[in-house]
Amino acid sequence: MPNLKEVKQRITSVTSTQQITKAMKMVAAAKLRKAQDKILKMRPYSQKLTAILDDVVASMGGELDIVYGEQRPVQNVLVVAMTSDKGLCGAFNANVIKASNYLLENKYKDVNITVLPLGKKALDNFRKRNFKLIPEFSEIFMDVNYDSVRVISEYVMDAFVAKKFDKVVLVYNHFKNVATQEVVAEQFLPMGGDVVANSKVEEKAESDYILEPSKEYVIEELVPKALKTQFYKAVLESNASEHGARMTSMDKATENANDLLKELKLQYNRTRQAAITNEILEIVAGANALEGT
Amino acid sequence: MIQLTIITPDQKVFEGEVEEATFPGANGSFQVLKNHAALVSALAKGTVSYTTKEGKKAHVIDGGVVEVNDNNVVLLAEKVIG
Repeated sequence: MPNLKEVKQRITSVTSTQQITKAMKMVAAAKLRKAQDKILKMRPYSQKLTAILDDVVASMGGELDIVYGEQRPVQNVLVVAMTSDKGLCGAFNANVIKASNYLLENKYKDVNITVLPLGKKALDNFRKRNFKLIPEFSEIFMDVNYDSVRVISEYVMDAFVAKKFDKVVLVYNHFKNVATQEVVAEQFLPMGGDVVANSKVEEKAESDYILEPSKEYVIEELVPKALKTQFYKAVLESNASEHGARMTSMDKATENANDLLKELKLQYNRTRQAAITNEILEIVAGANALEGT
Repeated sequence: MIQLTIITPDQKVFEGEVEEATFPGANGSFQVLKNHAALVSALAKGTVSYTTKEGKKAHVIDGGVVEVNDNNVVLLAEKVIG
């Protein structure tokens, strides 16, 4: 039987751990709200942008010929892995790294791979291994805003146009809801059909916009913006997912601490009871011994 | 009156009724008044100004796109300074 003092010490230590996880959960919840807010704020912009782009593409007859959509034989691949800066968020980072590894070791094992890690965890992980790295942008999650994300997406897009990469894949946690994240590997470049999604040509044939200065110019302006928005969205989703994941894992930790505390308290009381019983026995035995004389 | 909305990916900068709005078009600045024809225009770096009931206001934008349709004007800017 462990002694009373030991059990009491463990109870104190578990209680203080529980307080920390509880506080972390609360902080994560507040940050999650902020991150979700950012997604909501971005939505009108991206919706309007897609709507305008759809209209313009429809008025061109659905044909879109642009540098960002160029399909080349794949020799150089860039994998953008988005993780977080901090740990204690369950399998959030491990999942992204696992998914990237899968891509690197299976799908793209015969081509030149470069990794662009976003978030310290990805940087640390890929730095230990022999991959070509672009480490400059890894600290993006210190302060997420469109301006800083734009620098990265512009860098990636320029590199694609300069034929440094033939394909760019984003690996990140898709924000399904607060408790569920889903790792997705999404092709960013060459641009797929989903940026200019459902431009149904016949339906929108009546769009009679004047395009200034010219159709081509407007398209050339709009498409990079749409791409940058797509990239920004991925970053925001990853950010929100991180806080969601941390919140759930901290909630679980708090719960586990509770279970542990229950058990420890039971043990403490049992030990205390045993000590009291022992004492009584001793007293009674002592009294009996006295009576006997 | 025309309904003007200025949005960036980070925030909604302005939403409300204006009498006129002037944009820095890629080929020189232009003004939009009531009942302007439907238009999509790429914008260059420059100043957007508009007149509300309270007076004239201006923002500097770092390029963008503006859509005019049926007295609804939507300006999508990547960045608004001031």
